[in-house]
Amino acid sequence: MNLITREALLAFRRTRTLSILSVTTIAFALFVTGLFGLVALNMRTALRQVAERVQVVAFVKRDTPSQQVSAAMSDITVFPEVLDVQYVSETEALARAQRDLTEFQEVYKDLEVNPLPPSIELTLKPAFRTAASAAAVAERLKGFDFVDEVKYGQDWVQRLDTLRDIAGLIGLAVGFAFALVSMVIIGVTIRITVLQRAREIQIMRLVGATDWFIRGPFLVEGAIKGFLGGTLAVILCATVFGLFRSQKMGLGLGLQFFGAGQACLLLIFGVLLGFGGSLVSVGRHLRDESVTKGLRRTTDRVLATKPR
Amino acid sequence: MIRFTKVSKQYPTGNDAALHDISFHIGRADFVFLTGHSGAGKTTLLKLMYADERPTSGDVRVSGFAIGRLTRDEVPRLRRRLGVVFQDFRLLEDRTAAENVAFALEVTGARPDTIPSRVARVLDQVGLAMKAESMPRELSGGEQQRVAIARALVNDPPVLLADEPTGNLDERATRGVFQLLCDINAAGTVVVMATHDLDLVRAAGKRTLEIRDGRLVFDSAASA
Repeated sequence: MNLITREALLAFRRTRTLSILSVTTIAFALFVTGLFGLVALNMRTALRQVAERVQVVAFVKRDTPSQQVSAAMSDITVFPEVLDVQYVSETEALARAQRDLTEFQEVYKDLEVNPLPPSIELTLKPAFRTAASAAAVAERLKGFDFVDEVKYGQDWVQRLDTLRDIAGLIGLAVGFAFALVSMVIIGVTIRITVLQRAREIQIMRLVGATDWFIRGPFLVEGAIKGFLGGTLAVILCATVFGLFRSQKMGLGLGLQFFGAGQACLLLIFGVLLGFGGSLVSVGRHLRDESVTKGLRRTTDRVLATKPR
Repeated sequence: MIRFTKVSKQYPTGNDAALHDISFHIGRADFVFLTGHSGAGKTTLLKLMYADERPTSGDVRVSGFAIGRLTRDEVPRLRRRLGVVFQDFRLLEDRTAAENVAFALEVTGARPDTIPSRVARVLDQVGLAMKAESMPRELSGGEQQRVAIARALVNDPPVLLADEPTGNLDERATRGVFQLLCDINAAGTVVVMATHDLDLVRAAGKRTLEIRDGRLVFDSAASA
């Protein structure tokens, strides 16, 4: 077995309590980050589902020849923003109203003339489900002679835009804060490990170990702890998520858990935190010792002797 | 092998210089005692030799390395050409005697297949062949110091530095460790031993450097 890996595993065994504590700390830090990730993920999905309802409806003047409408629909289909175009005839519109607006069922039943005009309903592509895109499409539709009026729920699409902006900003800020707090906690945990093994580091230096040899086992150990902590965090997230759903607290919202890729991201984040935290902590320990002794790196000397 | 030329050392936090204008030379295969009361500067002098400290002024040369100009990356190269032992042994408590010695070879990148035989040879040399698998806590003080000496010797360094190696030992163990250091010296290794055990120094009849308040006040080689 590689010496550095062997030393890392030995260190795990020798400082079992501290190692368990480190892994638990990393796990809880990543668990909190993961929970936030779950909230952000589900919020994004919910917003996407709401955004799917963004539709632009162009009401067609009565008695417009169907050939003219068909030709226009072919043109509208190739709009870059448009995903789907549907023609809704007067009869279909009435049937839909009778089905959906149950409180007016009686009123619609007694009608002698259908008051509802035919319409063209446009579904936009996901990237264009914004107030600006919907307004632009509406403006273009108004250019057709047979179009009487265009509606796209301007108010609520704008509100949806604002909600998306706020959610995005909060997500970014809170996500960054959680990640930062995790990094600090993990950094402190690893620093404790380094300080606990200061004597061993001193002996290693005494017998001629290079700084990179000393760092090696700590980096491997940090990465392993990060991986274990990340795995534990994913398991904790899954447990809490399962409990939440089984208690019907999901309220039928169709909550979703991380996909394999997202779970792997949390693990990779853990490994990187463990590795990076060890790199910084051991590096700082070695540097602090050297600074006290007045030692410099080779590069320092080269820089110092360069003519200015 | 070791040369100090007008060396002074001032710690940033100290009022007085720890070492003041010290010059001496230690040649090949010498055995030298560093004596002086506690706080006289013996340990600082040794620390300068293994580059744990830098001289504030003057020149320190050990095995061809100029300590004052040594970079952080060059220190391991110097340490691999030195053996250092301490009063408190500084062994890794969770490794056997053999593992402690092997550790010094492993960190320097020795070929793994050569390590067991080299460890066995050096443990035999210090008289601990039978205790190779013992943990430090299972060994007496004298035996622990022998393990530390074996670790210091395993890389075949030309210089062995010993800071109060008998300070924690009883009289019998002291005699044993000192005899071991003499044997090592007889095989050609320079030994520099800091001690305040004047009885031992007088009985040994070796070259002695006496430090008092950071100054070299006596060199038996110069007065001979």
